[in-house]
Amino acid sequence: MSALDVVIQRDDFDVEQLQGMLQSASTDAGAIASFTGYVREGGDLGQLTELELEHYPGMTEKAITEVLEEAASRWNILGARVIHRVGSLRPGDKIVWVGVSASHRGDAFAACEFAMDYLKTRAPFWKKEIAAEGAQWVSARESDNRRARRWNS
Amino acid sequence: MITVRFFGSLREQLGSSELQLDRSPEMESVRDVRTALVDLGGEAWQSALESNALITALNHRVVDLDTSVADGDELAFYPPVTGG
Repeated sequence: MSALDVVIQRDDFDVEQLQGMLQSASTDAGAIASFTGYVREGGDLGQLTELELEHYPGMTEKAITEVLEEAASRWNILGARVIHRVGSLRPGDKIVWVGVSASHRGDAFAACEFAMDYLKTRAPFWKKEIAAEGAQWVSARESDNRRARRWNS
Repeated sequence: MITVRFFGSLREQLGSSELQLDRSPEMESVRDVRTALVDLGGEAWQSALESNALITALNHRVVDLDTSVADGDELAFYPPVTGG
């Protein structure tokens, strides 16, 4: 039985607070594995001034919840939480946080990595890079598809 | 009535984020809805909507073009996702 939670928001989030919430939700959590994604400075257009994140309200939450449910079915986890920002972000801003709690680190590590790999290929978000030179939609990467596929072998 | 939504670069290309379509009897599948949209938007919409790279989601679930549609459904067309 695990507690799964997905939040899509415009505001920034506090990584320490999120970790604390996950840990206090289960007293048997011997391990918490987490990932934080940031907006990088450089894109294809050179130095970014802004990253715009669009999503599909309603489907985004559902898609990520399904990813966490899949993780919970494959590994023995106690809880998992994803926070993903949308809207207008700047280089250095946090975009996403994935945290997984488990009794043991093997399950926590694997479930966290799996959740990120699947989120990258299934969650309906689209990024647009804005730089002095112009604006450009980010293309999906084959490397992300490969990373997601390796969980299926 | 079917609600159609577009996201990402497709939304920009088409100049539309959402529209409503009357579901005619011939509109049985996702593919049929796509045909109706191409009829609506003409050549400018055709190349964008008939791209093999597009993903279609029916009521928040990814589906293929042969999936049946019904009144009240929400159908979304979008490019490969880039979140995370």
